[in-house]
Amino acid sequence: MTDLLTLIVAKYNYWLYVILMMIGLYAMITKNNLIKKLVGMNIFQTAIILFYVSIGYKRDATIPIIQNAHGGHDAHNAVIHAADYINPLPHVLMLTAIVVSVATFGVAMALAVRIYQRYQTLEEDELRMRLVDVGPKE
Amino acid sequence: MDNYPALIVIAPLLAALFAGLAVWIKERLSYPIALLGLGISTFSAFKVLMQVINSGTIQYRMAGWAPPMGIEYRIDLLNAMVLLLVSSIAFLNLVASFKSVEQETNDRAGSFYTIYLLFVTGLLGVTATGDLFNLYVLIEITSLTSYAMVALGDRNRGPLASLNYVFIGVIGASFYLLGVGYLYLKTGSLNMIDVANILSGIHGSSTVLTAFILIMIGIWIKMALFPMHIWLPNAYSYSPMAFARVVAPLMTKVMVYVMIRLMITVFGYDYIFDTLNLSDAVVWLGTIAILAGAVMALSQTNLKKMLTYIIVCEIGYMVGGAWLGNELGMTGAVLHILNDALMTFALFLAVGNMVYKLKTVELTDLKGLFGKMPWTMAGFVLAAFSIIGVPPTCGFFSKWYLILGAFEAGAYHFAAALIISSLICAVLFFKVFEICFFEPMAHDHGESHPPVKIKEAPISMLLVSGFVSLSLIVVGLYSGTIVNTIILPFLK
Repeated sequence: MTDLLTLIVAKYNYWLYVILMMIGLYAMITKNNLIKKLVGMNIFQTAIILFYVSIGYKRDATIPIIQNAHGGHDAHNAVIHAADYINPLPHVLMLTAIVVSVATFGVAMALAVRIYQRYQTLEEDELRMRLVDVGPKE
Repeated sequence: MDNYPALIVIAPLLAALFAGLAVWIKERLSYPIALLGLGISTFSAFKVLMQVINSGTIQYRMAGWAPPMGIEYRIDLLNAMVLLLVSSIAFLNLVASFKSVEQETNDRAGSFYTIYLLFVTGLLGVTATGDLFNLYVLIEITSLTSYAMVALGDRNRGPLASLNYVFIGVIGASFYLLGVGYLYLKTGSLNMIDVANILSGIHGSSTVLTAFILIMIGIWIKMALFPMHIWLPNAYSYSPMAFARVVAPLMTKVMVYVMIRLMITVFGYDYIFDTLNLSDAVVWLGTIAILAGAVMALSQTNLKKMLTYIIVCEIGYMVGGAWLGNELGMTGAVLHILNDALMTFALFLAVGNMVYKLKTVELTDLKGLFGKMPWTMAGFVLAAFSIIGVPPTCGFFSKWYLILGAFEAGAYHFAAALIISSLICAVLFFKVFEICFFEPMAHDHGESHPPVKIKEAPISMLLVSGFVSLSLIVVGLYSGTIVNTIILPFLK
């Protein structure tokens, strides 16, 4: 039991990402309103960003900019410990992933606007009823 | 010219930029720009394929940065083949699309071509890249453009089908991204070859297993393997015909390519078939996908929707074949990527011609179509024979490899599913032929029988349709050559 507790406390950011991801997935599956589903989708994507950011982080480390690398005396002799610097690559990857998720969210919002203009509702059950009225095709 | 690998992807990307700008200047310019971009891309893909066949794998370093730091395009026989397939189908469809885009997307032709080019750029990039994260970004480019395209289609259903596609597509892509995260955690690299080298030492790791499962589920959602297929039929059947013609043959097939690439190049046979022992379960999944897809196709009353369920069925062929775990099955799966893309393209071209003339393709609307559109129907019959698997057409040969592979692996249920689905497809298409050929047109069941007037689709659409349908037989006849020069050397 204490083992489990220490595991949770030591890696709380990973537990948080799993919980966030499940909240997002739950919203996407169960919510009736399309905008709420979209919010769920965004939480889901953000959870993965949290995961990546956690991968790169190291305790007591700083940003990977080496001071006096150019021109400072004895810069070339200074030993660089990888453990002193956080890994920037996952963070940079997440910039791209954020761009992708913003673009997806934008497209999805635009679609929601189109649906609202056509059917005057964003509730899924009402939409389903109106689709029956429209029939299988126009 | 050593820059052909980059040119394949860059040409349509730049063309998309200019086609988008042309909308403000003169909208009619965007079509020739698109044609030019995809023309260059197809030519480069052909050059690259020849180069790869003659002198082996090409490693193209973007901006000269060496992997694993830089992003690398790694083109071997498998992606050279898929690149040529994607670029030429996209090009041919563009030739056929001019009239139908005019008809379907009133005043928005320029935007249509821009999104179309971006979509093709994404597909080509997915095929060419040798970097796991780059793959994710390009998959998302393809998906984002297809969301937009589906919404351009049917006014009533399009946006809703598209939004459902967004939800499921995002889940798929996120699972893939998460899996790549776990792989990065363990290997510290994103380059496929580099990851593969590091992975070979740590097969037992549970992190790698997690990564593998997450990535596979992500890719399966994107390729619409049976229980995860629900987005596909609506999205494809409510999108504009000019887009459905290119997304139906290519999107799912490129995802199958990604799966095979990850299986062979990144994780490796040893890991998948010896360490994991999952192949039985996945072959069963493929078997169920085949049967479910075929049965659901049988219950459709709309031709377009029926064909989308046949795609679900064909995905089962390729997934099952790739997971049989022997060379014959893998050969069949790779050959089926090529053949199925061509067959589906030919079918959708024929259906596109029908939609152009008839507006809807409910099965009941098709009465007397053989008299009215004889050339379109000839193309449709050839493509249908190929899906069923009648010998001289290419569909037969890949099915033959798959069945041989199934027997070698002892997966008799998979072989049985292949044969049953062929029979169901035969029933399905002969039902369509019967309606088209024997039932008279709705309005002339009076006493007098006036000779039926031929009302064919525009010549550009007919030519492409005819060309692709004939290529089914040509590819079928040369499938021995394709297997010996491309697929077997790749699998060795």
